[in-house]
Amino acid sequence: MGNTAETKGKEQTALKKPKATREAYGETLLELGRKRKDIVVLDADLSGSTKTGKFAKEFPDRFFNMGVAEQDMIGTAAGLSLTGKVPFASTFAVFETGRAWDQIRQTVCYSNTNVKLVATHGGITVGEDGASHQALEDIALMRVLPNMTVIVPADAAETSSVINAIADYKGPVYVRLGRSNVPHVMPEDYKFIIGKAFVFNTGKDANIIAAGIMVDIAKQAAEILKKEGIDTGVINMSTIKPLDENVLLSVAKKSKVIITAEEHSVIGGLGGAVCEFLSENCPTPVRRIGINDSFGCSGNSDDLLNLHELTADNIVKTVKSALKK
Amino acid sequence: MSATTKSKIKDISELNNIAKSVRLKILHMLTNAGSGHTGGSLSAADVAVAIYFSKMNFNPQDPSWKDRDRFILSKGHAAPLLYAIMAEARYFPEETLDNLRQIESPLQGHPCCKRLAGVEVSTGSLGQGLSVANGIALGLRLDNNPARVYCIMGDGETQEGQVWEAAMTAAHYRIDNLCAVIDKNGLQIDGPVSKVMNIEPVADKWSAFGWHVIEIDGHNMEQIVIALDKAESVKGKPTMIIANTTKGKGVSFFENKVEYHGITPTREELAKAVVEINNG
Repeated sequence: MGNTAETKGKEQTALKKPKATREAYGETLLELGRKRKDIVVLDADLSGSTKTGKFAKEFPDRFFNMGVAEQDMIGTAAGLSLTGKVPFASTFAVFETGRAWDQIRQTVCYSNTNVKLVATHGGITVGEDGASHQALEDIALMRVLPNMTVIVPADAAETSSVINAIADYKGPVYVRLGRSNVPHVMPEDYKFIIGKAFVFNTGKDANIIAAGIMVDIAKQAAEILKKEGIDTGVINMSTIKPLDENVLLSVAKKSKVIITAEEHSVIGGLGGAVCEFLSENCPTPVRRIGINDSFGCSGNSDDLLNLHELTADNIVKTVKSALKK
Repeated sequence: MSATTKSKIKDISELNNIAKSVRLKILHMLTNAGSGHTGGSLSAADVAVAIYFSKMNFNPQDPSWKDRDRFILSKGHAAPLLYAIMAEARYFPEETLDNLRQIESPLQGHPCCKRLAGVEVSTGSLGQGLSVANGIALGLRLDNNPARVYCIMGDGETQEGQVWEAAMTAAHYRIDNLCAVIDKNGLQIDGPVSKVMNIEPVADKWSAFGWHVIEIDGHNMEQIVIALDKAESVKGKPTMIIANTTKGKGVSFFENKVEYHGITPTREELAKAVVEINNG
């Protein structure tokens, strides 16, 4: 089983101001840099946006701005790791995983180098920049690579915990962070462990397996469903690879339907991973909520989430329709 | 002092003899394997032999020795050359060469660092080695480690855009513990480089990117050794050695034949080739 706790700590965290996961990344990276000399950071001309700029300012000798050259950044990061450094290479998710995919495949995954790919601006909530900058396929692109670990934190505190965990882990990791502020959803005493899902609660009728910003939205949906007498659980599956199969199996056995919720294409991401696993190990009706095989567009985050139906209302509607209620 | 097991060889005729032995190993292993890249393995042989045996500190008994000089074969399809040199340096027994491209072999079709100790990084997808070499060089510099990094690329390979990203990086960060070599044999799979996608003027391009450029005859061992020594003395910028070479060098009937990029000698061709190399 993964971490389990009912919603303790909710009261404290709800009072804090929403914060972007990329902000937490910048702060944690700086703290890590102060503690560990082997941490080096690379960025491709977006250090202000990815927040690696904080590290760069204090540790200019251990920061490498690679210019607008993502492919070279990945290769250089791999080289640095081969001398025992722990490189964190950051840019927007769409460029990190798309532009440099073959470099990640060859020099990071196939060579199994200790490179940490921490990308920001994942998902539709990039907002106004539009489809060219909204990574909706990054999880699929990274998940398919052998040796890769894929993590999508739900809030700022979890991000901080994730960054510390991956600095201690040896091997390739992809972490997807967001641009926009997100509410605090994880309990105060929560500590992220690679491959362990966090179970807020389990439901007898439905269970929502969510990641990233959809964890908060899933919790809202579960509250609404509870009021209507539909017992719904919420699980934060922040490690998408390797999946927490034990948690998945145990909730699938108990529930009538599994809902996956992610700010990513319904193809190849969390929804894909859950379906692959359950179809072979515990066939269960699944409904995937995500981006339905389309590109995004410009707009503010909330409008985009509504347009693509990444909402509590849509989760509620989907659960009811699956349960024929 | 260093834990190297081989003393560095400066004698030109001795280096030429090693290059002969390496060429014979390449031809035997490719004939046995029945597939692989003959032309580009032979063209880069002299430069690679000079790098390993006249310049590099390494220890085959301790391939991950932290003070070793690093060698990156960015043109990973010349894997037989790397394996022949590693056998010559006793990283593994010569019989292992018989396993080239066989199932589960440490000698993969293109070098795999997870299967063969002494290979720094897996290569084969072109255009990526120079970036990795830069990263290693930067890491060594952060540690004040005086070890040097060598990287051999193909000429066709420089058509990859990433090569030029890495070219900028090496100059921008003044990476002078790096020496790159272009094995300029003038041919790529589809034909002459000048016809497929012209890369000239090669020397001017690298100069313009901020590199110290040395152009040599890539089969003249004396010129190679002088260039490698010179590269080590250049400070504040990376050095590019443009080695003008002949694809298939050493075997008259393979030389400058585009079709021998990716095919291997028959048994009959091997017998003739061995005679030529021994007499060469």
